[in-house]
Amino acid sequence: MKRFTRLEAVAAPILIENIDTDVIIRIERLVGNGIRGTLAPWCFGALRYRADGSEDPDFILNRPPYREAQVILGGRNFGCGSSREGAVWSLQERGVACVIAPSFGDIFFNNCFQNGILPVVLDEATVAGLAREVEESQGAGKVTVDLEERVVVSPSGKRFPFAVEARRREALLQGLDEIGTTLRQADAIARFQARDRQARPWVYAAGDPA
Amino acid sequence: MAETPPAARTLFAKIWDAHVVSDLGDGAVLLHVDRHLLHDLGGSRGLLDLKQRGLPVHSPHLTFATPDHAISSAAGRAGTTETGWSLLHALRAETREAGIRLFDVGERGQGIVHVIGPELGLSLPGLLIVCGDSHTCTHGGLGALAFGIGSSELSHVLATQTLVQRRPKTMRVRFEGAMAPGVLPKDLILHLIGVIGAAGGTGYAVEYAGSAIRAMPVEGRLTICNLSIELGAKIGMVAPDDTTFAYLEGKPYAPKGEAWDRAVAAWRDLAGDSEAAFDREVVIDVGRVAPQVTWGTSPEHVVPVDGLIPDPSAEADPTRARAMAAALDYMGLSPGGPIAGTPVDWVFIGSCTNGRLSDLREAAEVARGRRVAEGVRAWVVPGSEIVKREAEAEGLDRVFVEAGFEWREPGCSMCLAANGEVVPAGQRSVSTSNRNFVGRQGPRARTHLASPAMAAAAALAGAIADVRRAG
Repeated sequence: MKRFTRLEAVAAPILIENIDTDVIIRIERLVGNGIRGTLAPWCFGALRYRADGSEDPDFILNRPPYREAQVILGGRNFGCGSSREGAVWSLQERGVACVIAPSFGDIFFNNCFQNGILPVVLDEATVAGLAREVEESQGAGKVTVDLEERVVVSPSGKRFPFAVEARRREALLQGLDEIGTTLRQADAIARFQARDRQARPWVYAAGDPA
Repeated sequence: MAETPPAARTLFAKIWDAHVVSDLGDGAVLLHVDRHLLHDLGGSRGLLDLKQRGLPVHSPHLTFATPDHAISSAAGRAGTTETGWSLLHALRAETREAGIRLFDVGERGQGIVHVIGPELGLSLPGLLIVCGDSHTCTHGGLGALAFGIGSSELSHVLATQTLVQRRPKTMRVRFEGAMAPGVLPKDLILHLIGVIGAAGGTGYAVEYAGSAIRAMPVEGRLTICNLSIELGAKIGMVAPDDTTFAYLEGKPYAPKGEAWDRAVAAWRDLAGDSEAAFDREVVIDVGRVAPQVTWGTSPEHVVPVDGLIPDPSAEADPTRARAMAAALDYMGLSPGGPIAGTPVDWVFIGSCTNGRLSDLREAAEVARGRRVAEGVRAWVVPGSEIVKREAEAEGLDRVFVEAGFEWREPGCSMCLAANGEVVPAGQRSVSTSNRNFVGRQGPRARTHLASPAMAAAAALAGAIADVRRAG
């Protein structure tokens, strides 16, 4: 998994509530097993392109310097809807490494951590304040996200501490793969299944019906 | 000295606690997964990922697969894209190699994952069920703890039969009272989303309770739980009761004989303790809920069918007002007018929300002996092969076909448009599915969510129509 430690980058405010993962990546871009690495052009496809397929200059990620944004400042319930991890992959392939929003869709939030993208929860007024500073500098003012220190720093130097679960922070800092870690618990899983098979045999007896 | 009585626990807590393999600290636990459902969009990808890592599937006998997302719903599956076919072939090859039961096209058991789990008795009360699809919350209607996962978590489950999770907060939603004529479970849950918002359940596991839920058949409970994710909650559930047990008894994979008796005895203990506390409680007076229809691009953009298209300028919250204005623009609607009477081009009846037999019966009841309006294309896509055969056995297919609906093969079809089946750009659809997101049913398609009866009424009227006045 990709590591995340500290980032000082252009941030793009997309302060729309309920940005769903269909808007981040359309489903037909995710049909197929060879899609990884192909998604960057389709990230936010529903907002980036006009009906004739040309780029919509009004959409922030189509304008310099936001085109290079590695941080997204999002609205409430960012990443709600479908569980498609392709939403996270497409953001990552686009260069985004961190999303800061007042709240996130639960599944999207998990998917971010699985891929080395850091989702940061800050209250709505703080996210709006960050967006204002960024916009006042026409995007030149960079936002710093420091996972070691657990702090977001605005372009003018205002510091906003954020909470992150210790285990997840460690995994991002070190780029740890969760499967590898869990496989070390193979014995505990085997013991659970052996015990559970006695208590709830019907769970394990779902072979083909006679 | 008497022992301290154990703390009162919710349905959710009982199932969660029973699945903890180990406590990882800092709020994270390793949970055992009892059922892992795979579909054609992500199933083979996960199995190939494991192969690449050199890992075997941990518990193939607890894993079940079916194609639904990427296959077309046309006869012979004609129109399935080349990539769709390749995903089906990959799912067949990889499940065979891993020893995973696949319910294949044309076979009893094939269908939308969230329809087949309950109808086959693979999904049972008290089970922890996951699938790489956010509508896995559907299975909670049987009293299971079920939720959607991403691709990385899917691989994790294949490799370890467990997941690392954090305990959500709990919310209870009590639907009290009796539903008025013309009102269906879909209307209750859409109404709830309108009341608490698309983020109202974020971070919660929701238990649905109250007299309306107790009186509701299992299929309606599945519909209610299905839309939990649309209020932000990845888990929705209903305590199992005699209605649940009667539904499951005799299902192909449900336990039989002595095992059944033992299972039911255990399931009776799953209902939450009466003193158990929830972090949030919401009460809905069911008798006051009218048939619902969405007007915008989030399921929270919902009004009663006899209501008005809302005006963003009346909204105090500026972020929300902006979202409303953008939604109206996308949907091609003007604020202030009645939603009923809005002309419709497409009607889609199906999906994991409303593709079960009772849903098709509700729609057929409205359509019987009448005609789809000129210029409207109306599809009925049964949720599964079993639903299709049962519907045909009672003649529902003929009711639909005689009324001018197309009767199709089971699958996800036009709910998410991953299979070449889309609502054309700029056209308006009334759909029994779960998402009215921008582009959900096809680029620039405009979706209005409604119940199966309301969708049928719209097909007949050629416009959004109040089912209570149809006929």
